[in-house]
Amino acid sequence: MHNFDFVKPATIADAVKALSAEGAQALSGGQTLTPTMKQRLAAPSLLVSLTGIAEMKGVCMGDDGLSVGAATTHATVAKEAAAHYPALAALAGGIGDPAVRNRGTIGGSIANNDPAACYPAGVLGSGATVVTNRRRIAADDYFQGMFSTALEEGEIVTGVTFPVPEKAAYVKFNQPASRFALTGVFVAKFKDGVRVAVTGASNNGVFRWAEAEKALSSNFAASAVEGLTVSADDMIGDLHGTPAYRANLVKVLTKRAVAAAQ
Amino acid sequence: MTKVTMTVNGKAVSAEVEGRTLLSAFLREGLGLTGTHVGCDTSQCGACVVHVDGKAVKSCTMFAADADGAQVKTIEGMNNPDGSLSVVQQAFQDHHGLQCGFCTPGMVMSSAALLAENPKPTEAEIRHYLEGNICRCTGYHNIVKAVLAASGQDAAALAAE
Amino acid sequence: MPKDHGIGASSKRREDVRFLSGRGVYTDDMALHGQTYAVFVRSNVAHGRIKSIDTSAASKMPGVLAIFTGEDFKDVGGNPAGWLINSRDGTPMREPKRPVLAHGKVRHVGDAYAAVVAETYNQAKDAAQQLADDSDIEELPAIVDMKKAVADSSNRVHDEIPDNLCFDWGWIEDNRAAVDAAFKSAPHVTTLELVNNRLVPNAMEPRSSIGEYNPGTGDYKLTTTSQNPHLTRLLVAAFVLGIPENKLTVVAPDVGGGFGSKIYHYGEEALVLAASRKLGRPVRWTAERTESFLTDAHGRDHVTKIEMASTKDGEILAIRTETLANVGAYLSNFSTATPTFLHGTLMAGPYKVPHVYVNVKTVFTNTAPVDAYRGAGRPEATFSIERIVDKMCRELNLDPFEVRRKNLIQPDQFPYTTPVGLVYDTGNYQATLDKLIELADVKNFDKRAAASKAKGKLRGMGLSTWIEACGIAPSNLVGVLGSRVGLYDAATVRVNATGNISVMTGAHSHGQGHETVFAQIVAEKLGIPESSVEIVHGDTSKIPFGMGSYGSRSLAVCGAAMTKAVDKIIAKGKKIAAHMLEAAEGDITFEDGKFSVAGTDKAKTFGEIAFSAYVPHNYPLETLEPGLEETAFYDPANFTYPAGAYLCEVEVDPETGKVDIASFTCADDFGHVMNPMIVEGQVHGGVGQGIGQALLENTSYDENGQLLTASYMDYAMPRADDVPFYTVDHSCVTPCTHNPLGVKGCGEAGAIGSPPAVVNAVIDALHRGGHTHVKHIDMPVSPARVWSAING
Ligand SMILES: Cc1cc2nc3c(=O)[nH]c(=O)nc-3n(C[C@H](O)[C@H](O)[C@H](O)COP(=O)(O)OP(=O)(O)OC[C@H]3O[C@@H](n4cnc5c(N)ncnc54)[C@H](O)[C@@H]3O)c2cc1C
Ligand code: FES
Ligand code: FES
Repeated sequence: MHNFDFVKPATIADAVKALSAEGAQALSGGQTLTPTMKQRLAAPSLLVSLTGIAEMKGVCMGDDGLSVGAATTHATVAKEAAAHYPALAALAGGIGDPAVRNRGTIGGSIANNDPAACYPAGVLGSGATVVTNRRRIAADDYFQGMFSTALEEGEIVTGVTFPVPEKAAYVKFNQPASRFALTGVFVAKFKDGVRVAVTGASNNGVFRWAEAEKALSSNFAASAVEGLTVSADDMIGDLHGTPAYRANLVKVLTKRAVAAAQ
Repeated sequence: MTKVTMTVNGKAVSAEVEGRTLLSAFLREGLGLTGTHVGCDTSQCGACVVHVDGKAVKSCTMFAADADGAQVKTIEGMNNPDGSLSVVQQAFQDHHGLQCGFCTPGMVMSSAALLAENPKPTEAEIRHYLEGNICRCTGYHNIVKAVLAASGQDAAALAAE
Repeated sequence: MPKDHGIGASSKRREDVRFLSGRGVYTDDMALHGQTYAVFVRSNVAHGRIKSIDTSAASKMPGVLAIFTGEDFKDVGGNPAGWLINSRDGTPMREPKRPVLAHGKVRHVGDAYAAVVAETYNQAKDAAQQLADDSDIEELPAIVDMKKAVADSSNRVHDEIPDNLCFDWGWIEDNRAAVDAAFKSAPHVTTLELVNNRLVPNAMEPRSSIGEYNPGTGDYKLTTTSQNPHLTRLLVAAFVLGIPENKLTVVAPDVGGGFGSKIYHYGEEALVLAASRKLGRPVRWTAERTESFLTDAHGRDHVTKIEMASTKDGEILAIRTETLANVGAYLSNFSTATPTFLHGTLMAGPYKVPHVYVNVKTVFTNTAPVDAYRGAGRPEATFSIERIVDKMCRELNLDPFEVRRKNLIQPDQFPYTTPVGLVYDTGNYQATLDKLIELADVKNFDKRAAASKAKGKLRGMGLSTWIEACGIAPSNLVGVLGSRVGLYDAATVRVNATGNISVMTGAHSHGQGHETVFAQIVAEKLGIPESSVEIVHGDTSKIPFGMGSYGSRSLAVCGAAMTKAVDKIIAKGKKIAAHMLEAAEGDITFEDGKFSVAGTDKAKTFGEIAFSAYVPHNYPLETLEPGLEETAFYDPANFTYPAGAYLCEVEVDPETGKVDIASFTCADDFGHVMNPMIVEGQVHGGVGQGIGQALLENTSYDENGQLLTASYMDYAMPRADDVPFYTVDHSCVTPCTHNPLGVKGCGEAGAIGSPPAVVNAVIDALHRGGHTHVKHIDMPVSPARVWSAING
């Protein structure tokens, strides 16, 4: 690993300032960035830790939904969101393993936007709003394909606000080695319709399955999806599954998520 | 170089470290606490698990500088004050929950963290909790049994023999 | 009541105390004064010609002390293959040189062609990166697929080996005609083509080595992650670096698992020694996990066509196999024995098969070397046989339990000579099968299947009756078969003056618990507490010349040597006692730690005799040397033949293809069991690895020879929630007839017997679920493969 300087500011303003330096990069839980740096795939000259910023931490229920600070760990969300948004808490509680959940954060996860990550499905499936130091971005605009987001240079995620649906569930099918999502489906039923977000499957990163949303909006039952087909075009094909296999998983997991929704 | 100060196994330590110094390297090379092992470079194996402020953390995936001010506990801090094995460690010995011993420090630290959160876990909860700790020797049978036993449950009755 | 100490007791492991307290000392845990760090520059292409390596920039980088390339080692020896195998036509195998650092060509991704030694690890790493950037390697087309490799002479892993073939081996060539004839006249022939998937051993402790050279004495010391320090010393000293053996000490301290991968000598060990000589400072190296994936010897990797001739009611008449076995880019030390004598000789399984013929072609490819991994050859044989027996049962609509029962060698047929060159000394395969059926509650399977069905799952059960040959190995026999070493073992029993005991063993423990079990045996034999016995292993300056631990040999071979040494101690003790008690030697008996004159109450304790041996005041000095220390070497008369029956039940989710192991039951015959707790632990571990092979583990190279599964992100290791509690039993005992402890070895059993049980269970589940078109699924039986098979 190349060497770097390390700072741990206490406010968003200080963090943003520190990040304006040449070669600076944000560090949140480090569960993605650290292994990447070990492989020398990232070589920042300054790491700006976001985990000392109190205003970026915590889970809180407000008028516009459930707000989660960007530097909140998966373990905290699993615990503290359980009463307000059980499907989101369960999603967070199923990421990685306990040690990863004790460090990894929602902000890091959605900033990274790994095509096999869980949170992007939860954020997109909930129609959440990503809050940054500059603006509020609707989930539909935020995720822009594998490892790519609407974030601009110098912009950091400070939190995410989730409207809480009537019912929701996330069902993840593990990639057998990494245990990221080989495919994961988040289904959320709101008063005015259903959202279905799929992670792990597509070459274009997390996406909404429009046909299923339509079918489920008129009939929120697993059987509503039965007749639909998922195209394998644009699905990921790798050692762990062909595009056709992933297409199958999208449908199977959607049915299961509908059945499990609470 | 950054100055870090932390409490490791109850003792205050402070040192100048490079930004890139991982907590695992700081413990092993800086403090000579080689009980914490490193078994991979992708944050998966769990041989390096320690407790930071009471929580299980992969010390290979945390910078020492980020642990400034923290309470850190490693396998070397697990024994009872008189040097005897603590309940979890003793259960691992009693139930043959280790063979080569390489995964063991991480297993013990993860198991202790589990029991702190969930004093009477089921078999399924134990297996799920330990998914970030890889053991190549034991086939996990006796590890799960040891954790059941450490929680005061009748391991022999629960584990098919 | 189970015993609470001595032979047969589940004594708790004494080594655990240090491991559980973080006080184990593994190679990488050692800090040495003045130490330096080696980092290797490894090829990122599978096949390439080294045009130039410009060391000038790297050598000027901060902290860099030395740079080595293949050029520096071109005049020293190569790392040899331990077995010389002849082809069917009698020609010897092709044996290319395996250099310390690649020279001329790189032959697999990860092949080291240079090394940097620097003051710190990061400095060495930076300079290695520079050196890689300054190396000109012309990429050549990679040879990955075995079938293509043997068909294409224009592209060669080793320029001097035209068809990439190491050897073409027939076993037993003279039987071939009879086997072919049996097939011609057979009422039924079953055919199966299968892949025994390549595995990465993945001991959790990565390989690590420290070289130390003492310029004052000219002595070298290598501290290394080895399963057999003496063999490593022999290879480094006599074959590679040409150091006198007596100037090199090899220490294998606590070692975090091996499973075969740490049997072999690797170039890194030679490099750290050579570098320490050059620098006069300790040189250390520890693999990153990615390096382990790229360079530890892999296991298995067979492509096999197996045929079975039988009657319509399932009596096996003949077996014929053709196998392509991958040896990778270079011959690792046991690589030529594994697919041949550890595989072909087992191809009759536990069955009365009159005719067997095995053909194995070993192939060089641009992949990491392949060698023995837990089970080594025997899992491949067992998988082929047990899968085809199952397929035969399905084709003929026969019961797999009954067909196996009918074909098993009967208890009264031992010793049994197989058509593939082994003599099974003893066994009772019906007994373990019966035990299994009882333990696994086979009679209630249908109820469990119905419960699974109610959850939308398909339940299946798979059987495997397996045998292996271990306790490696009778030297004269393996000598005839091509081994270049003997495979005896040795132990020294040193009774100290105060009556406690140090035992120095040639066997090495890297998880097996020798420090506990070996002490149990000595304590029992001498009637003293276990705590009075200390086991010393892993340091060539302390232990007698033994061959280390692998092939389930520690107890069967080294344990036997130790027992012999203890017997010598007792014999000498009797002589001393006879003198002290003024009785005839023949009248002295030894029992419960006491030497007594038969029929009298005159006795001396073991401690008194020991004291007398070291303070020989009242001692027959004219006829007997003082001291009480004996060494014994033991060379086994035969292999040992553990055997057993395994049953796996699975639940398959037909919508996703995911397989869950619902239960796994083992009934084994290991002969006498010294410590049941440890034996059961060995079976658990083996079965865990077998389930890993069957369901999860896949080593995949793409067509350019890039390893796609070079980390735990893509190589699926079994985790705690992938496996169930196992039911294991070892109550069926037919003691080995030819070693003093009557033990057979248990270290590899689980990994040998389990993969076919799992795959048979998956196929069974699919058939019960109506997917009868699925005849076979190659391992790992991953969700995607099961789903494709169902929908294919
Ligand atoms: C063993 C293991 C298993 C895992 N399994 C899963 C899984 O099953 N599902 C899953 O979804 N994930 C999984 N992960 C990934 C994990 O959830 C990570 O924690 C997460 O993806 C990144 O979060 P982090 O806080 O660790 O971010 P970091 O690693 O600190 O940062 C990741 C990236 O985001 C940037 N960044 C961080 N915070 C911000 C911010 N607030 N604003 C802008 N940019 C920022 C960083 O600069 C960096 O580029 C796993 C990780 C490991 C090691
Ligand atoms: S060494 Fe930390 S997870 Fe493997
Ligand atoms: S005991 Fe060896 S890896 Fe777990």
